[in-house]
Amino acid sequence: MPSYHLDHLAYLETEAVHVMREVAAEFERPALLFSGGKDSICLLRLAEKAFRPSDLPMPLLNVDTGHHFPELNEFRDRRASELGAKLIVRKVEDAIAAGVAVPTPGEISRNRLQIPTLLAAIEEFRFDCAIGGARRDEEKARAKERFFSFRDAFGQWDPKNQRPELWNLYNARVNPGEHMRVFPLSNWTEMDVWEYIRRERLEVPRIYFSHRRLAVRRGGQWLPVTDLLPPKPNETVRELVVRVRTIGDIISTGLVESPANTVDDIIAEIAAARVTERGSRADDKTSEAAMEDRKKAGYF
Amino acid sequence: MLPGSHPIDILRFNTCGSVDDGKSTLIGRLLYDSKNLMEDQIEALERSADITGGGQINLANLTDGLRAEREQGITIDVAYRYFATPRRRFIVADTPGHVQYTRNMVTGASSANLSVVLVDARQGVIEQSRRHTYIAALLGIPHVVIAVNKMDLVDWSEARFREIREQFEAFLPRLNVLRDVKFIPISALNGDNVVDPSPRTPWYEGPPLLRHLENVHIASDWNLEGLRFPVQWVNRPHAPRDPALHDFRGLSGQLAGGIVRAGDKVLVLPGGLRSTVRQIHTFDGPLAEAFSPQSVTLLLADDLDVSRGDMIVGADHLPGVGSDLRAKLCWMHQKPLVRGRKFWLKHTTQTVQAVVTTLESRINIATYDEEPDPPQLLLNDIGAVRLQTSKPLVYDGYAQNRLTGAFILIEPGTNLTVAAGMLQPPAELYKPEYTDFAI
Ligand SMILES: Nc1nc2c(ncn2[C@@H]2O[C@H](COP(=O)(O)OP(=O)(O)O)[C@@H](O)[C@H]2O)c(=O)[nH]1
Repeated sequence: MPSYHLDHLAYLETEAVHVMREVAAEFERPALLFSGGKDSICLLRLAEKAFRPSDLPMPLLNVDTGHHFPELNEFRDRRASELGAKLIVRKVEDAIAAGVAVPTPGEISRNRLQIPTLLAAIEEFRFDCAIGGARRDEEKARAKERFFSFRDAFGQWDPKNQRPELWNLYNARVNPGEHMRVFPLSNWTEMDVWEYIRRERLEVPRIYFSHRRLAVRRGGQWLPVTDLLPPKPNETVRELVVRVRTIGDIISTGLVESPANTVDDIIAEIAAARVTERGSRADDKTSEAAMEDRKKAGYF
Repeated sequence: MLPGSHPIDILRFNTCGSVDDGKSTLIGRLLYDSKNLMEDQIEALERSADITGGGQINLANLTDGLRAEREQGITIDVAYRYFATPRRRFIVADTPGHVQYTRNMVTGASSANLSVVLVDARQGVIEQSRRHTYIAALLGIPHVVIAVNKMDLVDWSEARFREIREQFEAFLPRLNVLRDVKFIPISALNGDNVVDPSPRTPWYEGPPLLRHLENVHIASDWNLEGLRFPVQWVNRPHAPRDPALHDFRGLSGQLAGGIVRAGDKVLVLPGGLRSTVRQIHTFDGPLAEAFSPQSVTLLLADDLDVSRGDMIVGADHLPGVGSDLRAKLCWMHQKPLVRGRKFWLKHTTQTVQAVVTTLESRINIATYDEEPDPPQLLLNDIGAVRLQTSKPLVYDGYAQNRLTGAFILIEPGTNLTVAAGMLQPPAELYKPEYTDFAI
């Protein structure tokens, strides 16, 4: 007798495909945020599952901070062209030059500056929806996020004024100037993402796997030494065998010492891991409310 | 087995209880004792314990996400938590227990397989417990666990546990849709009967909570009787490079009920057109059959004019088709609902206009009494209403199918979701024009 029951990945997949198709059906000008990171790689596969044999009914959009790992941008561009998808890249440095994004004196990180850059891109193309790869398990403030997350005309998220979300009935209605962020991977965990990558045999950028890199120890973690992050006089540079677990800017992404060379290795490593994935991002450590503040301002 | 390739399926559950019954502590305990907490999370807990908790770790802090809540000291919305054991993955909707937050519980319960209703062993059944149980029944949650918490404060008394159980059993029959109800004596604070069996309740023979969550049978929670395929998106490639795709016209969607097989005769409702399923297309190749809740693309043998909002159904277990509807509503907005108001109504994949023509009754969810002809429904009220839609819906009673029996109301202008609706079974089922259809 056949078993009419879905395993956890198949369940998460059908849920996400349903969400993707709701976006295609309900919005006039949606975009899909694609960074080349593991979560957005899953999003692209889900888009193929939802829409093939048609072309993807939305362009890909990426905000380039100028501090990306070069491997990531190479991967992003190649993957978009393999899929025959339109890729729009908007750069933080252009937004700074145009006065759209204003760094505070001495601010090196471009994390915060992604926000105005993204909002400007949404305005420029009049996008009414942006699909993102955020997951609720990443962080406490995200645990209350909806699949369809409403943003007002200033791109802001109001955690106290969210639309209740019932069954699989998503309220996609927005007025002109407002938009929706949609998160098809809301219910996925880091483990699900890697298991899905394994099941679907998805290619991911090399930096997720073990490699040698020069690093310095700062704020309790190993950061990659680059032109943007030169070692301070009192710091010792070490060459380590590392991989990245979650990709942020090259100046704030913590490296984990790891021999993991395959997706199976990574899955084994996560199963045994003793810190969460965001534990390796310097930008999140600042305060427990850090994420909540950025989300309110319109962070991804 | 490959390392890390563990759970076989997903159980979604929600927790409900009054403020201070121990929901947050319980979820924290489940995460902590099932080793789903990471060092940095424990570290953050310890940091906040130093500041606020006088040095003691507060498991409840794990789930109290937003700053506003921490300031007010209460959970104000629905938060989702994730954890796994080697047997299952769990999605927990943490819903608050304040009287005025029925809306949140309905939200968290809408997609749950199971509800954990917490009661404080000292207080036993209170008005809130009756509300929570009512909502679990209203939302058609297949499995319910009554977790009698704080057993440490009643000396692990078996008599007290039985008494509370009897209090529940006195009114559960009035909610006859609840078929699977388990009672478990726990202490969330100390972890008794949460993950590990407790030595302090030798008189309790059932499993600890987590063991029950791992084993409860959920395979039949989806409706597999009667094909329901709401057309979500028409898949029609523009200018395909592959000439074989020139005539590709797929109907994409997620099965909301039943099983579909290639070769099945189907009806497209509400129009009533007939066809045959030529192929079940997926990105991974064609399937011989698909079942709810899979997402697929159907190719029909005939080139019919089918669009989003249409429903493809099979020959047996026909649904109702109509625009004069009766439903239970949970009202979720500050502004009261009065007769005659117009809304957008979203049901499966279609959005139509709807007007609430009659407020038949308001249900007192603490006494389960129905008050007829209420002048209005207030925020968090549940009532029975009649609605008229601008176009017919293809639907089932909510008790038969949670996906084709549910809808939401959206207020025009503000676009807020103002109500959750559960349809009563149709007075009559759709009758195909040709009786030979079933052959
Ligand atoms: N003695 C005892 N106290 C408990 C138990 N579970 C929770 N508490 C306490 O009850 C209070 C409220 O718990 P909390 O989890 O915040 O309740 P919530 O409002 O339902 O989330 C806290 O002080 C907990 O420490 C229990 O099993 N035994």
